[in-house]
Amino acid sequence: MFITQVLNGLQLGSIYALVALGYTMVYGIILLLNFAHGDIIMVGAYVSWLVMAQLGLNPVLAVILSVAACTLMGVLIDKVAYAPLRNAPRLSILITAIGVSYFLENGAQLVFGADAKVVPAYTDLQTIQVGGLALSFPSVLTVIVTIVATVALTLVVQKTKLGKAMRAVSEDMGAARLMGINVNSTISFTFAVGSALAGIGAVLYAMAYTQASPTMGMMLGTKAFVAAVLGGIGSIPGAVVGGLLVGFAEVVVTALGLSVWKDAVVFLLLIIVLVVRPTGIFGRTMNEKV
Amino acid sequence: MFENVSRRQFVTGSAALALGLGLVGCGGNGGGESSGASGIKVGVMGPHTGDNSSYGLACLNGAQLYFKQLNADGGVNGKQIEAVVYDTKGDATEAVNAYNRLVQEDGVTGIVGSVLTGPTIAVAQASVADNMPCVTPSATAADVVTYGSNYFRACVTDPEQGRVMAHFASEQGYKNVATLYLSGSDYSEGVNAAFCEEAEALGITITTQQSYAEGDVDFKAQLTNIIATSPDAILVPNYYQDDGMIVNQARGQGYDKVFLGVDGWSGIYGGSENYADAANLHDCYYCCAFSSSNESETATKFVSDYEAEYGEAPTNFCALGYDAAMVLAAGLTAAEEAGLEAGTDEYKQAVIDGIAAGTVDGVTGSISYEGTGDPVKSSLIITFAEDGTEETFQVLEA
Repeated sequence: MFITQVLNGLQLGSIYALVALGYTMVYGIILLLNFAHGDIIMVGAYVSWLVMAQLGLNPVLAVILSVAACTLMGVLIDKVAYAPLRNAPRLSILITAIGVSYFLENGAQLVFGADAKVVPAYTDLQTIQVGGLALSFPSVLTVIVTIVATVALTLVVQKTKLGKAMRAVSEDMGAARLMGINVNSTISFTFAVGSALAGIGAVLYAMAYTQASPTMGMMLGTKAFVAAVLGGIGSIPGAVVGGLLVGFAEVVVTALGLSVWKDAVVFLLLIIVLVVRPTGIFGRTMNEKV
Repeated sequence: MFENVSRRQFVTGSAALALGLGLVGCGGNGGGESSGASGIKVGVMGPHTGDNSSYGLACLNGAQLYFKQLNADGGVNGKQIEAVVYDTKGDATEAVNAYNRLVQEDGVTGIVGSVLTGPTIAVAQASVADNMPCVTPSATAADVVTYGSNYFRACVTDPEQGRVMAHFASEQGYKNVATLYLSGSDYSEGVNAAFCEEAEALGITITTQQSYAEGDVDFKAQLTNIIATSPDAILVPNYYQDDGMIVNQARGQGYDKVFLGVDGWSGIYGGSENYADAANLHDCYYCCAFSSSNESETATKFVSDYEAEYGEAPTNFCALGYDAAMVLAAGLTAAEEAGLEAGTDEYKQAVIDGIAAGTVDGVTGSISYEGTGDPVKSSLIITFAEDGTEETFQVLEA
């Protein structure tokens, strides 16, 4: 039971972490809280539903198309909604982000209807047996994929030329431009990576919870935002730690039989961290902002 | 089942519709006049527009089908039933207005309605002074039938469903049962509380009662707690979207035993979406009033008649509307046979006594009333075939 609850916490936390990574990367580079980020996950889940339930195509294709659609969506949102406001006050771009979020939610409701759609199973494998313990396959897969994605992301940011450009733009956009870095394409790349992670999150989410609804990204996005702030927004390890923290907090509260207080505890955690350490857990000590 | 439905008011052109229906209702009988030699007027009300119109229209269709068939068979005592229809829009004030118009202007001798719990309670309170015989197809709150002896219902209450499932669990020999309910929902909590009380009285151990909050999609922490108590069955008294996710997640955690549900499960598979995988729906049982999978003679005839009339398969609510009309008609028959004059106090009392004393063989099973407005009736236990289609597992007699 204890091991299963730990896995439950890890799985929930991993999904929050994947989404929080997208928040933190975008914030790190253009200081924007991209409130539309949670809704990108919704788009990804609907793409999976379209591909598998409507077109009856292969689940592998559904995964690829979901991630591709999310990546494209992220870059498109940046180009259409945020890029024209690059030099505008930060409040304008923040409000634009909220607008994009509402646009996506209501657009999905218009196109797909308000009822939840059921995303078919990607795989028939539901349970894996480890030493007499039945573990949920989506949970195990979610944890593994998150670890791989985080390691890969860290390598990209630390070891590649593009990663170096990202860190430079994050440090000082003007100076980076003077050094010959193409700021716009670097920002686009950041959105692409963050949104691709959201696409992976969407597939894992749909695999575990099997339903896509227009507002599914709202609470998920909010929780991931809390996770990113908890960990220290702008920090990659912070997002992962924050996500896991939020996931574990929820599972512990629920396991104690206080599921109604679950959300309250998460937001209380946020308040406490903001009071005690306003920059988040990894906020100041880590200087490897994306 | 519908205590929890919101009663938001939606007024899109429905005033005009209600007026139109009212005029149609008055047209036949020179207005105001109570039933003459030619016909008997009864009221039918429910939310026919707005958020919950699907329930109201289903009940209306069922009731009108019954009256149509009854009239084709010669009506009651040679008199044709004439249904006067009003839209409550799911609102308590509108429902009371509709009630007053039915009684004061249309002079009805009985009412089928209302449909949602809130408006029905308002009508029940208003109807006590008139001692007006009323049968609600679907309002499940205990209060509805407690204000006077004139109100009856065709459905069973939420707690009754919990007790039905407790008896089923006991009959199946389940010793340890856990529950997972939606915190803050009258429906879910009501079923859960009644189930646990009855089950413990029957010697079943309730291993744990877990809850979740509205909007939750991850039930694995609760399910882990539940599975750790190794129950023989889990009661999940919720609506089908949640039920589907719970079943899928529990099966994913290796739980392969029994799930018990109530009528909120109706629609979990084969409706607009398949909320649970067919492979996961083995050993799931829920109780409800009506299923088109029921192969009893009355039920199959109702399904084919309904499809012929409306071109779609009947739901639970169509069947309850049909049965509510049947219950009212049984009371009217008793009053007519006693040779009483419609509209008098004796007539109304005779209708009420007729309903209370009689037994009708409805499409949702045999219905009788033993001194209260709550029916004593059978329930269906529904289970799922390998391909996910619903099957009637057994008929639990009252």
